[in-house]
Formats: sequence, structure tokens, C-alpha cells
Amino acid sequence: MDVLAAKALGAGLAVIALAGVGIGIGNIFSAMVTSVARNPGARDAVFPIGILGFALTEAVALFALLIAFLILFT
Amino acid sequence: MIDALHQFELAPVFGLLGRSVNFSQSAAFMLLAVGLITFLMLRGMAPRAIIPGRLQALAETSYEFVHDLVTGQVGDEGKQFFPFVFSLFMFVLLGNLLGLIPWAFTFTSHIAVTFGLAAIVFVLITVVGLVIHGTHFFSYFFPEGAPKLLAPLIIPIEIISYLSRPVSLSVRLFANMVAGHVMLIVFASFVVMIGSIGAVGILGAALPLAVNVALYGFELLVAFLQAYVFAILTSIYLHDAVHLH
Repeated sequence: MDVLAAKALGAGLAVIALAGVGIGIGNIFSAMVTSVARNPGARDAVFPIGILGFALTEAVALFALLIAFLILFT
Repeated sequence: MIDALHQFELAPVFGLLGRSVNFSQSAAFMLLAVGLITFLMLRGMAPRAIIPGRLQALAETSYEFVHDLVTGQVGDEGKQFFPFVFSLFMFVLLGNLLGLIPWAFTFTSHIAVTFGLAAIVFVLITVVGLVIHGTHFFSYFFPEGAPKLLAPLIIPIEIISYLSRPVSLSVRLFANMVAGHVMLIVFASFVVMIGSIGAVGILGAALPLAVNVALYGFELLVAFLQAYVFAILTSIYLHDAVHLH
């Protein structure tokens, strides 16, 4: 197998982590929607925590993406 | 082959003078960001009107937004850190937003810049913790009420998680910006590639173009969100330093 093909495969494998991130972000927003639907008054309190959780989870996706870029472009 | 990373390369600006002191476009955009923030705050607040104009409303909104964020997270002690978090937030926000202007340079897309900012935050929270609590600060690494038997396990984990803060803080911002801009240029390249195959291609190129427009809106959201996350995580770390858990 030549190096270019191996690089493409490696980059593809690296972003498998996005499956977990998708589940995680879906969980966060479903919990956020549920809590706001149950208690609309809690919206202002819940929103920053939800966004924070989203950002922390999204960071994992970006770490995987970064590895993919490193494999592809260096 | 799509040359996605060329846009992040540094090049000296302002001709011979810039070249001799290695004044890159990154530094130029940092100066522009600081200039714009200073202009917004000084010019915006100059009228001191009770009913604010547009610029004053913008200045007041951003001030109140960060003020609520800091005092909400840190409590009343947070007021002394408000100027720091505010300048951090505005600098990152302006860096992200300026980068979205075509042909502009995103200085937050360089790990050197974001890690520099995160290192300032890290040094600050450590020094604040040590100044307020003295050696008692080190009890932060062993939560109260945890079983003594677990100490050899908990303490290394807490220390590693504390030390990884500047890494995750900087990589999050930098990776977000790099990924966003790479995605924009990849879809822009698709437009050119599909468009170059003739009349059918121009029709087909409308699809990636539409995707790019949507992505641009998403990147505007991300630009704000990442600045917000940077500021809120700084506040949370400050809360830990001030209150120890």
C-alpha cells in the first residue's frame, strides 16, 4: 500500500471519533430542550451550561479533526 | 489537490520595514483588533447619552454581557477580574470576526497565539489561587471528603486535569478556527472545480456555493461562541482559584 492511500485511510479512521461526539452533542441538546420545556423559567440558567457542555464536547471532535488534518497535510 | 493550509501562512507586511522586524499580517490584524476595541469603547462611550446611539449600545451591551458572565460565575469577587476577562473576550471575538472577512487573516488560527492567551490565563489562576489561599491552595488537588485510600489515584488525575487546562483551552479555539476556515476553502474549491467543467458544471456548482453560504453563517456563530467559551472557561477557572471547588 503506498503512503498516500495509507494517509487517506488514516485520516478517515481518525474521524470515527465524531460518532461519539455526535451522540454526546445530541444528548446535551436533548437534555437542554427537555429541561426548558419542563421549566421555561430555567431557560437563562440552563443555556450557558448547555453551551459550555456543547463546547467541551465539540472540542473532542476538533481534536480528532486536527489529527486527520495532521495526517493529511504534513 | 486543494491547498487548504496556505491561508494560514505568515508573510511580512508593510514592505521592507515590516520584513526587517518580521512584522507579519498576524501582528497587523492583532493591532487592528486592539484598535477597533479601543475605538468602540472610547468613541462609543463618549456621548454618555441616557438613550444610547448604535455605537454606545454596542459598547454597553458587550460590557454588560461580559460583566454578567464574570459575576455570575465567580461571584462578587469576580469584579476585580472583569477588565482581564473583558479584554480577553473582545480580543478573541474581534480576532475570530476579522478573520471571516475575505482575504483577512485569522490570528486566532495559530496555536502560538491561542496558547499564549491560555498561558496568561493559567498563570493568572495559579497565582490568584496561591495569593488568596497560600499553601492551602494545594488542597484543591484532593477534594474534601474523598476516601484517603484513593489519594494516590485522585491526586495525579487532578494534577493532570489542572495542567491540561491551558492545552484544551488553546487547542479548542485554534482547532475551531482552523477547521472552519479549511471547511470554507474546501467547499469554495468545489465550486471552482465543478464550475470549470462547462455549462452543466455551473449549475452544479450552485450546490457547494449554497453550502458555503450556510457555513459562513455557521462560522459567524462559532466565532462568537468560541470567544464566549474562552471567557466562560476563564471565569470558571477563576472561580476555582478564588473559592477552591
